[in-house]
Amino acid sequence: MTAAAIPNAPPEVPLLDVRDLTVEFSTRRGTVQAVKHVDVTVGKGETVAIVGESGSGKSVTSYAVMRILDRAGHIANGTITFGGVDVGKADERNMRDLRGREISMIFQNPRAALNPIRKVGHQIEDVLRQHAQAGSDDAKTKAIAILEQVRIARPDERYHAFPFELSGGMCQRVVIALALACRPQLLIADEPTTGLDVTTQKTVMDLVVELTRERGMSTILITHDLGLAAAYCDRVVVMEKGRVVETANSHAIFSAPNHPYTRKLVRATPRPGVTLTDLLPEDDAVSRSALRKASAINGAAHQGAGEPPLLVVDNLIKEYPRKDVNGGSFAGLFKRNGAASPDAPPPVFRAVDGISFSVRRGESVGLVGESGCGKSTTSTMVMRLIDKTDGQILFDGEDIGAIPARQFARLPLRKRIQMVFQDPTESLNPRFTAARAIADPILRMGDEKGTKAVRARCEELATQVGLPLDLLDRFPHQLSGGQKARIGIARAIALKPELVILDEPTAALDVSVQAVVLNLLQDLKEQLGMSYLFVSHDLNVVRLLCDRVIVMQAGRIVEEGPTEQVLGAPAAAYTRELLSAIPHPPL
Amino acid sequence: MLHLILKRTALAIPSLIGVVIVTFLLTRALPGDPAAYFAGPAASKEAIEQIRVALGLDQPLIVQFGRYVADLARGDLGNSLSTGLPVATEIRTRLPASAELTILGLLVSILIAVPLGIFAATNPGSILDHTCRILTTAGVSLPVFFTGLILVYFFYYQLGVAPAPLGRLDIFFSPPPRVTGFFLIDSLIARDGEVFLASLKQLILPAATLAIFSLAPIARMTRASMLAVLGSEFVRTARASGLSPGTVIVTYAFRNAMLPVVTTLGMVFSFLLGANVLVEKVFAWPGIGSFAVEALIASDFAPVQGFVLTMAVMYVVLNLLIDILYGLIDPRVRIEA
Repeated sequence: MTAAAIPNAPPEVPLLDVRDLTVEFSTRRGTVQAVKHVDVTVGKGETVAIVGESGSGKSVTSYAVMRILDRAGHIANGTITFGGVDVGKADERNMRDLRGREISMIFQNPRAALNPIRKVGHQIEDVLRQHAQAGSDDAKTKAIAILEQVRIARPDERYHAFPFELSGGMCQRVVIALALACRPQLLIADEPTTGLDVTTQKTVMDLVVELTRERGMSTILITHDLGLAAAYCDRVVVMEKGRVVETANSHAIFSAPNHPYTRKLVRATPRPGVTLTDLLPEDDAVSRSALRKASAINGAAHQGAGEPPLLVVDNLIKEYPRKDVNGGSFAGLFKRNGAASPDAPPPVFRAVDGISFSVRRGESVGLVGESGCGKSTTSTMVMRLIDKTDGQILFDGEDIGAIPARQFARLPLRKRIQMVFQDPTESLNPRFTAARAIADPILRMGDEKGTKAVRARCEELATQVGLPLDLLDRFPHQLSGGQKARIGIARAIALKPELVILDEPTAALDVSVQAVVLNLLQDLKEQLGMSYLFVSHDLNVVRLLCDRVIVMQAGRIVEEGPTEQVLGAPAAAYTRELLSAIPHPPL
Repeated sequence: MLHLILKRTALAIPSLIGVVIVTFLLTRALPGDPAAYFAGPAASKEAIEQIRVALGLDQPLIVQFGRYVADLARGDLGNSLSTGLPVATEIRTRLPASAELTILGLLVSILIAVPLGIFAATNPGSILDHTCRILTTAGVSLPVFFTGLILVYFFYYQLGVAPAPLGRLDIFFSPPPRVTGFFLIDSLIARDGEVFLASLKQLILPAATLAIFSLAPIARMTRASMLAVLGSEFVRTARASGLSPGTVIVTYAFRNAMLPVVTTLGMVFSFLLGANVLVEKVFAWPGIGSFAVEALIASDFAPVQGFVLTMAVMYVVLNLLIDILYGLIDPRVRIEA
């Protein structure tokens, strides 16, 4: 937030001026307006965030600026002026010169954004050559120099790497390198860190801010994360259903949101110092809060401290055979089971390295850590979908870890441990109606027999999770993300389980939907007296839902304790690192 | 890369052993008694029995198999009962005829289908896209012998532009000195332009028949996989970086879209080997397809065995080549090896 970019005082002629922009898509059901009368300006050196939930038109706006809309979409109205050029009227050849050289873009899901079968160095060279920034003699040198600028270690080696050989964070650096290769004036970052770990998110965002500031570039950050937007941008533009509802200084957006939608969004963003009910819209929250208080007494009764724990995990280990480390010699093919040479790395990789914890009845325990820390492997083992290598998993006193995962699905015990999966869409059979999806476990193991009884139970469950009954006969593609999440939850609680494993159940949802789903999960837990094992990388969400937190790193537990203690006064350095990486909006 | 090739080759060995066993068993399971056929319709029971012993057909299967493998190792595929010639010789002279036809047919088909598929994918809804759809539907729905006959009817009988559908070369020409067995290549080696043209003329109609048949799967697969790749995120990145449409379509989209196309090519090639039998019949082509059919009808098991074995070996080699090609295109495959 340099002097050149004081909010409220944009320079006389903005670098990008979008006026009254309307973008239409022709679909089978007629024309749909994805963006309606949007005005956005970005000054030179300014950082502007466009925030909104899915379907708000934030990405479409940016695609329109670059004129890379799908074939079905077109700019129906309004003007886009970039550095004096009328983007709407420019011919395709001029636009091509503009893209990459003057305006460039970085995308969500960096690995998919790179050509999987082309060396990253060559991909950077393609851009440099296209815009005549390098010839065939110096392209390689320049590409390596750019890789170095985005802090890729050993750039001359990585020049030859393919995207699949690089980590997600590294791929995003390459995408940034691609975008910045020709020193454009405007960078559009479309959800650049969604799907990345919180620490990687911080390094990537810091890098973007540093590089763009150093070059005096303007940036548009498109995100669903209000916290991220406010932490890194000068101004925030809030969009809802294709319209801009509020444009404000990022300091003001959290402290004094004007528009009701912005207020709803701010409320729904999980942050320190709030409770679950605070996430809900105001009027809803009051009634919910009273309800919660009444049932809290019940809930407390469930959490019997004296009882033996429901789940005890003791020194659990999961090893995977390591992929051939030395590249796999031809001879290795014939001595696959031969003894490893003593100096070779251990033949196995320990995904989970001797962890122990317990979950009491009615308790929710958060399992947090970055990708690759072993949290999902742990939860999958507890769920009995994969077999452990060593250790014990005691469920209600019984060593379920000793039962092979294949057999477990047929035992009555299966009913007592259920799971809600990460992606609400991917985890539903696209050819099953909502009712059929919910009925699935009931048909397999439920007590209800006969079509009528099963249907009645489905309706009861749908009511319990707040899914309107008339949606029961719809297919997943006819439902929204939040509705699909409710189906996933209804399916998980259909057999009245005692332990439910929640694997990032809200990671794919918009914040306002997340707020509702988190509250629903909390209510269900209190009503049904279930225990939760909540796997997440989002500490702010864990803080809201969990009684205790386990922090994992590289297959081990680094810290464990009551949520308030671990997240309030972390003892382990790693926990502190995770906490400090969460974007802190200026308050 | 060398590692990948070695590994895939090593993996091909068990399939080849399996092929040898299966071809042996398959031909024994064929209906009809070869001894009876060989002895002729008027032979007595004793004569048939004598021939059975002479052919070794009275031995237990395992002994017959041992002998078969030993013969194979020496490159001996047995003698054809109907022509009296060694099967290996027959196949050696006839395989190049079939191969030349099939490869040319496939080549023509690729040269038309791939660009057509790419164009259809980059311009969905255009006239060429619809043309592509009609052409491919027609291609799969017309049986090869029918297309072959229609082509002969029009181009030979009605228009008179094509030569008579009677084999590889007009009777006024003598075949070029044998080097590869491919008339086109051999005539070029012999610097004999007239023979080259003459054999090309003979090839055009049967090759076109095969090409029309194989056009459909290749064009459809190219179109579908190009459409999928063009909608992918890295193509959007390439567009957003201002790369020219040529670079985006060729370097970014097509190289990725080629992977499923290459797999399809392998399957199409094997379909063509099957379709060959009919095409060779229609055009009196002295290939191994027609040879095998005649042998099969005659219960002449040695040529059938030889044919199936040759086809299976070709198929294994083809798959090997496709795997290697895959590895060349996709670095991820190389790593997995």
